[in-house]
Amino acid sequence: MRIALLAASISLALTSTSSLAATAYVSNEKDDSISVIDLATMEVSATLEVGMRPRGLLLSSDNKLLYICASDSDRVQVMDLATRKIIKELPSGADPEQFALHRNDRWLYISNEDDALVTVVDSQSDEVLAQIDVGVEPEGMAVSPDGKWAVNTSETTNMLHWIDTSSHTLVDNTLVDQRPRHVEFDGDGKRLWASAEIGGTVTVIDVASRQIEKVLTFQIKGVHPDKVQPVGVKLSADGKYAFVALGPANHVAVVDAKTYEVLDYLLVGRRVWHLAFTPDQSQLLTTNGVSGDVSVIDMQSLKVTKSIKVGRYPWGVVVTP
Amino acid sequence: MRQTSRHLLLCVAVTLGYAAMSQANSPTAELQVRIAYLAYTPATGPLLSNVIGEPTDAGLRGAELAIADSNSTGRFLKHAYRLDVAKHDDSESLLEAATALHGQGVRLFVVNAPAATLRKLSQTLDDSLLINAGSSDDNLRQSECLANVLHTLPSRAMLADALAQFLAVRKWSRWLLISGPTEDDQAYAAALRRAAKRFGHQIVAEKAWSFDNDQRRSAQAEMPLFTQTKEYDVVLVADERGDFGEYLPYQTWYPRPVAGTQGLTPTGWHKTVETYGAAQLQKRFEAHAQRWMNDRDYAAWIAVRSIASAVSKLRQSDAAAIRTLALSDQLPLDGFKGRKLSFRSWNGQLRQPIPLVHPRALVSNSPQEGFLHPSSELDSLGYDAPEVSCNLAASS
Repeated sequence: MRIALLAASISLALTSTSSLAATAYVSNEKDDSISVIDLATMEVSATLEVGMRPRGLLLSSDNKLLYICASDSDRVQVMDLATRKIIKELPSGADPEQFALHRNDRWLYISNEDDALVTVVDSQSDEVLAQIDVGVEPEGMAVSPDGKWAVNTSETTNMLHWIDTSSHTLVDNTLVDQRPRHVEFDGDGKRLWASAEIGGTVTVIDVASRQIEKVLTFQIKGVHPDKVQPVGVKLSADGKYAFVALGPANHVAVVDAKTYEVLDYLLVGRRVWHLAFTPDQSQLLTTNGVSGDVSVIDMQSLKVTKSIKVGRYPWGVVVTP
Repeated sequence: MRQTSRHLLLCVAVTLGYAAMSQANSPTAELQVRIAYLAYTPATGPLLSNVIGEPTDAGLRGAELAIADSNSTGRFLKHAYRLDVAKHDDSESLLEAATALHGQGVRLFVVNAPAATLRKLSQTLDDSLLINAGSSDDNLRQSECLANVLHTLPSRAMLADALAQFLAVRKWSRWLLISGPTEDDQAYAAALRRAAKRFGHQIVAEKAWSFDNDQRRSAQAEMPLFTQTKEYDVVLVADERGDFGEYLPYQTWYPRPVAGTQGLTPTGWHKTVETYGAAQLQKRFEAHAQRWMNDRDYAAWIAVRSIASAVSKLRQSDAAAIRTLALSDQLPLDGFKGRKLSFRSWNGQLRQPIPLVHPRALVSNSPQEGFLHPSSELDSLGYDAPEVSCNLAASS
């Protein structure tokens, strides 16, 4: 017994010494599981069973809790990453797909795809604070760094909906191209990037005026324009680059975040969905739904260095230190 | 009991919700858009295979859902969409109703009617935009294009090409072609012959179904002998009404699959289409109509959605402006089929992937990989620009 305990504590000590290397969590939409990738070895170190059709993932600001949209279970699950157990389930409304956490670390803004609603849940008291009517098929969700705005995209209505977080009311709408899927604020909250999957574009919006500043288009040699379907967007912390996952075009676009020039297209796995940086910003991970793997992009060289097999239809990804 | 009443209540609520949305004549709307749905579906006559009936409101429920979907964008843009419905049992009454609606100022129509009725409507409503969601007639897309008509229902040529591409991938190239007696069956058979030629198949035998051989035998019993011909890889059937085709699978002389109007079927839409967000459309439709969405529903749905997408972009509802935008390459449409859809500039046909299905599963999606095209692989299905004698975009 004592030996076992000792062994356990040694192995714990061993794992914690490799904490320099980050850990990635990938939701597998058709496996009802989360793949855990040890980024030191670049291998899947564990597969965790979660609710049905897990898609959007989020971390609490202290990286201790993992929030999981279990779409077909109609709930948001909260996993304690120390024990890797689901510690509670939040009332999310039906079919949660993507969500965003307010800087107060409490308010979760959740898209309810089937009900044309955004549900706001207090993740501590488990209370539903508000339900806000938005367009048909709400999907992308982001909260501005200053916490003032929550922005939702509705895929069939083709709009960005601006929700004032102080009153939880809808105050403005921006029409963008067909099937907006994802929104992302830049680091200082001045600009909002929104991808449109069917329109094939990314719209950059000035947050102060809520006016469209630029519409980006993408052209990849040898790929039919119809297959260029932007989904996930991530901006590097240094403000230099934006990365856009282009879905069935199987490429990630590298965009100069200042001039909006497309610098390069990186070939990744098939139907690339979402992206996440490692905490030190040295690597960018992509989830590739159809090929069932994760591509690793080295930020120094902007090259794809590795692909890691995960579960079926990987969708969301987050990385902890 | 309690369960039932609760379910009923829910249904009522859902219906009321949609009714409220589709009548969204909000006084604050700055732009009122009226779209009329015109339907005349002739009776098919008595059918041998009549066990499972078809919905009688196919098409209409799709148009209704699209109005609700469009009002969701409209709500924010201060555009309100309204659907006027005219459903008649003969062509003449429908024409009268359409004229009356035109008199009230309606200039946008979604039509679910045979080609002959559509031609008359197109003439009568010559300053309007009509979207054909009911006729798969190839002439309308090839030699007799109507200047003010777009098409969202796939043509027979598109369906046949979609099937022929898949059969080419499977290398099932020796066909037995069986066709029914109606004009529509003959048109479907003609589309299959054209597809066979385009994709390198060989029709080893052709038979016309008449079922007058021996009336003491059932259709099922008739089939093995009826299909005893030179050896084939697959039986192609052209029976649009669903009269005899359902009796072909498992009854062929050789143990071979059946495809066409029965068996493995090319179609614009089916319950089993679920990827690329289609599951959400299916769920919304089922909540609205209490049944599965079929190809007619989809054609009417995307017709209304096309109009609304154009209105959102143009911020006005002028029929000519919508037509011009639709025929340009500036109106990408989200049809839940995995890629943006658009109208062909030469004949106004909506280019779209075609699912190949059997009753409870999706088998494949055409265009098949490897069937290349200089501008869009979707144009490997149906009549391509060089094959048609009309040019809609040029004539306005």
